Amino acid sequence: MELFNSIILILDATLRNATPLIFAALAGMFSERTGIVNIALEGKILISAFAGAAAAYVTGSPWMGLLAGILASVVFAQLHAFATVTHNGDHVVSGLAINILAAGLTASLGNFWFHQGGNTPNLVNRAEELNARFEPIVLPFAKALEDVPIIGGIYSELLSGHYFLVYLAFIAVPLCWFILFRTKFGLRVRAVGENPQAVDTAGISVAKTRYLALLVCGILAGFAGVYLSVALTAQFSPNMSAGKGYMALAALIFGKWRPRGALQACLLFGVLQAIADRSQGLVIGGIEMPVQLIEALPYILTVVLLGGFIGRAVAPKAIGRPYVKERS
Amino acid sequence: MSQQRIPAWITVGVIPLANVALAAFAAGLVFWYLDINPFDALGTMAYGAFGSSYGWGYTLYYMTSYIFTGLAVAVAFQCGMFNIGGEGQAYIGALGVGLVCLALGGHVPFIILLPISIVAAAVFGALWALIPAWLQATRGSHIVITTIMFNFIAAALMNYILINFLKPDGTMSVESAVFHESAWIPKMHDVLAVFGISLDRSPLNLSIFWSLFVAWAVWVFLWRTRWGYEIRTVGSNATGAQYGGIGIPRVVILTMLVAGGLAGFMALNVVQGEAHQIKLNLVNQMGFTGIAVALMGRNHPIGIVLASLLFGFLTQGGSELQFEYSIDARIVVVLQGLVILFSGALQNMMKHPIERLYLTLANRSGSDQAAAEA
Repeated sequence: MELFNSIILILDATLRNATPLIFAALAGMFSERTGIVNIALEGKILISAFAGAAAAYVTGSPWMGLLAGILASVVFAQLHAFATVTHNGDHVVSGLAINILAAGLTASLGNFWFHQGGNTPNLVNRAEELNARFEPIVLPFAKALEDVPIIGGIYSELLSGHYFLVYLAFIAVPLCWFILFRTKFGLRVRAVGENPQAVDTAGISVAKTRYLALLVCGILAGFAGVYLSVALTAQFSPNMSAGKGYMALAALIFGKWRPRGALQACLLFGVLQAIADRSQGLVIGGIEMPVQLIEALPYILTVVLLGGFIGRAVAPKAIGRPYVKERS
Repeated sequence: MSQQRIPAWITVGVIPLANVALAAFAAGLVFWYLDINPFDALGTMAYGAFGSSYGWGYTLYYMTSYIFTGLAVAVAFQCGMFNIGGEGQAYIGALGVGLVCLALGGHVPFIILLPISIVAAAVFGALWALIPAWLQATRGSHIVITTIMFNFIAAALMNYILINFLKPDGTMSVESAVFHESAWIPKMHDVLAVFGISLDRSPLNLSIFWSLFVAWAVWVFLWRTRWGYEIRTVGSNATGAQYGGIGIPRVVILTMLVAGGLAGFMALNVVQGEAHQIKLNLVNQMGFTGIAVALMGRNHPIGIVLASLLFGFLTQGGSELQFEYSIDARIVVVLQGLVILFSGALQNMMKHPIERLYLTLANRSGSDQAAAEA
């Protein structure tokens, strides 16, 4: 029973850890599938976390926070499109600029607006009767089933009581799969990422498709950021994305640029993080695994995969290349 | 009429300056929003960075680090690769420097220790670049992604080593023991005091001379040696290079080893010159700033030294802004971001209008001449 409880707790933490990764990995999928390298996920998460928390604090509503966070992330995503699609800029340089801008802007603006060293004020404040944080959703009968062994643990502890964004993340995976693989828009996105010339010849605008794909990317990354600041912690603090954008990128590659694969990778990375947070290391087969190794494992696994040692990760063909129309 | 050429002073002079001007304009808007007069801010920054030997000391100290991390990016760029791993390579380079100083400090004279720590910085940094380089060269995995991953792996590894091996017993903060004083690279103010020149105390140390020498050496390496020629050939046309008989995997690995070693040198300045111990997160984004430096310096050592001075000024001047206006010192990060955005990602935005303007003007004066001759 002890073991069962700690497994439930680890899986519970896994869902929380995986949620921002899932949103960000799906965001990256729309971008990379259309041929735009996106190392800017980190910056989009950060700016939307900041905008979300700031707006939620000022308006007192987490929903306004969500809207502001998504808007901020979309603005950055469109800036990325402006640089890479309209001006054929280097994708990596543009992504880097966005990440650095986000880190600087959130800290400077945060300090200017709230004077708390770059943090936003706490979104839950009894004295000011402020509660701008998302409330967890308690599934039906969760209270009643709480004391039933096994089922209570699984249903009431593990599945119930998360923020709505957690459930949304898991709904978003099949939804994004459907959009990408079963709609005209998805087909265009993927075609532009593989063979932009062909798409152009068919009379479809490569630039427009890429802008639209990055719009979707911005929306999804916005969910990830708002989840961190308005749901999970009820406050923004500088650099709170802490590498999650890069880890999501790793998950996307690890999942071979596919929704289901990316979901599995996010869950795997989430479990690793949950284990690392809970323990001072693991003993597997008599060998002690230091906690830092568990933390680094997502990155190590991704490198090993990229080296072609476990399966093969093949990126979209036209990724990172600007599309310049031939002129007569 | 033959195809008209754009003269070099437009491409390396006017267009980069226009990009920087745009970045400065955007930065001015940010300052204006933060209720700070941009020109006052510039004055404060200039005084903070150049107004005293204290300010100069910090500015040049930062410049030294940026020269190393900037060169680390530029060498890889010359080979057509994007080295985002400067952060991790410098961190592991710090491990090499730290181990040498901890092991030999107090046992051997400084003049023997210094070459060993220089070699250690380069070897450790280079080894950290080796695996991404090898994967790129032989297995085709993209260097951008692998070097990003290696930054995180380096952070975790250094965390582990510091906590389990280097942290002295009974201390709380995660850092190594302080090196023996004989292992320290002398500070500039101490050295000049011997000659009777008095400077304010600052972290500036003698590794600045090493950074300038290394910048010169990189220029010689890239433009005056066979290896450098191969690197630049692969960078400008990989297929052509292969056709010409250059072994690309070998060149890729060589380039990244050099780049990693250059990033490792940063530890001489920061660890052996200033902190005198290995600290957590000692690289502190300077590896990323190296990318901005390389972009601004157009991947040429002379440009990189100048761009490093600019970023040293921004860093030191920015911390001065914090005291003067009580704004967040990370405003400097915004400035860096704007420079990367306008000089890097959006560099084509101004290129076409300026080139078109030049051609129009050139044609008009050309036709005026023709009319006068007739």
